[in-house]
Amino acid sequence: MKDSSPNAEEHGGLTIALSKGRILQDALPLLARAGVRPMQDPSRSRKLVLTTNQPDLRLLVVRAQDVPTYVEYGAADIGIAGKDVMMEYRGDGLYEPLDLNIACCRLVVAGRPGTPLGSPRLRVATKYVHTTRRYFAAQGIQAEVIKLYGSMELAPLMGLADVIVDLVDTGNTLRANGLAALAHVADISSQLVVNKAAMKMKHARIKRLIAKLARAVRD
Amino acid sequence: MTLREHWLLPDGIEEVLPPQAAELEALRRRVLDLFRGWGYELVMPPFIEYLESLLTGMSHDLDLQTFKLIDQMTGRMMGVRADMTPQVARIEAHRLKRNAPTRLCYLGTVLHARAARLDGARCPLQVGAELYGHAGTESDVEVIRLMLETLKRSGIGPVYLDLGHMGIFRGLARLARLEESQEGALFALLQRKAVSELAAQLREWKVPARTAAMFGALPELEGELPALRAARKALRGAPAQVQRALDGMAAVGAALRREVPELRLHVDLAELRGYHYHTGIMFAAYQPGRGQALALGGRYDNLGRVFGRGRPATGFSADLRELLPAAAPARGRNARILAPANSDPRLRALVAKLRERGEIVVVALPGQTADAVEMDCARRVARIEGRWRVIRA
Repeated sequence: MKDSSPNAEEHGGLTIALSKGRILQDALPLLARAGVRPMQDPSRSRKLVLTTNQPDLRLLVVRAQDVPTYVEYGAADIGIAGKDVMMEYRGDGLYEPLDLNIACCRLVVAGRPGTPLGSPRLRVATKYVHTTRRYFAAQGIQAEVIKLYGSMELAPLMGLADVIVDLVDTGNTLRANGLAALAHVADISSQLVVNKAAMKMKHARIKRLIAKLARAVRD
Repeated sequence: MTLREHWLLPDGIEEVLPPQAAELEALRRRVLDLFRGWGYELVMPPFIEYLESLLTGMSHDLDLQTFKLIDQMTGRMMGVRADMTPQVARIEAHRLKRNAPTRLCYLGTVLHARAARLDGARCPLQVGAELYGHAGTESDVEVIRLMLETLKRSGIGPVYLDLGHMGIFRGLARLARLEESQEGALFALLQRKAVSELAAQLREWKVPARTAAMFGALPELEGELPALRAARKALRGAPAQVQRALDGMAAVGAALRREVPELRLHVDLAELRGYHYHTGIMFAAYQPGRGQALALGGRYDNLGRVFGRGRPATGFSADLRELLPAAAPARGRNARILAPANSDPRLRALVAKLRERGEIVVVALPGQTADAVEMDCARRVARIEGRWRVIRA
């Protein structure tokens, strides 16, 4: 690591990890209301560590699935992660004190309209392996989970799986591929996650930020 | 596994090499000497036991964490210990049966079926101390002070002490008349401080609004000692068990303020961790830059009941390997002395005398080409003017 980017602890201030795309886009107005503004335009900058108007507060741009890892290991004090990512994450070293109510969508079971979900050994393609297994087990359905990394909608069309479990926002991609939502798994939004040790040791600072963000979410 | 990989160890299983092994051993001795000085007697529980004795009365978590195998002599299931505290509680309840306050300490490798630590290690070197036979602030404070002293002797700088109390959650759960599975789910939500999920869950279970509000307040009730005052207000309507828990936290907090004034204290009413056997005050020591607690413990009264005798109990434990990085390095390896391969009795006598004084003397073997530097020796024995002397290498 370069001298200019010490890790979260040496940095002494606060480090917030979040992912590019919709979460970043929706989080920036909230952060701005809490008094945090990046110095560079994150959508254009290729930098992964962004300085802000607060000299001791930085933003890290990481992959969505990596946010809880960065925060649990203390490489960042705070993170903004989708509930889909948190449901799939299997650590327990994190606090999730605030639902930011941004980047809202739904996690659903989808397939060709009319696909029965009760078949003896349902094949499900998803990138949310643990969540899917938990969901079907709770329904009393034995599901065979196939892990895929993208283009879920193809799986039922090509006969790779009976159904998929994936995020749906408008449902346009599903419709365009002749699929429909068959069951609701969970409502998804982005949450604030906090490293447990940081919450204790940078308590006053983090609590202030949470309070400001909570106010911004309410308004 | 191909032949090229046959040296690989299982995930999370570590070996310790020089010089860290010597440092770890030096630290082990320092810590055990400290315990001895405080009157804690060493016990050595077995590495493996029948599952019944290891897990009776314990939680599902500990069960999952325990490696299991079949005893070929009896066909019974055995488990490798994942936590030594219940073993020590069994020894205290079933073997010692003393009436006076009993102080025990222990040190040994435990094995975790699933890594509990961030670095994935599954074989921590657990070290801990337990105090049986006293229910009160004084014993909790003694154990906390011993824990802080252990960290200090390990070379660890200022720590933050986090205080919690199991009685608060238990008292509220009883008030809400939760079933065991509901209690477990709620426990998990509180551990994550997932405030909005918590509220939704309580609504779904139709927990009365007043009780739900008290649960909902828990994640917010944290901070320095004065946070307890806010807690009193927020939990005014809670049952006596909760009030007693708050009294207990305040008493321990005040005693620590007095006895360890430089300590940075943090209270957290939603902090719930461990193997669910805690019954009272719980504490953990954190250090900046470490995502996980360095040492933790708490009160677990009556854990020994399933072995015939329940007594008040409090204690702490830590992973000695986690304390090592901060520990001062053992005496430098270049403090070693190389003696030549020579059977002169006067040389032998000098070597014996040096070793008696505590020096490390390595005797060279005939025909070896490695010199003192290669052998990590800063000094060597040489014959100068007919006499054996120690000179710089």
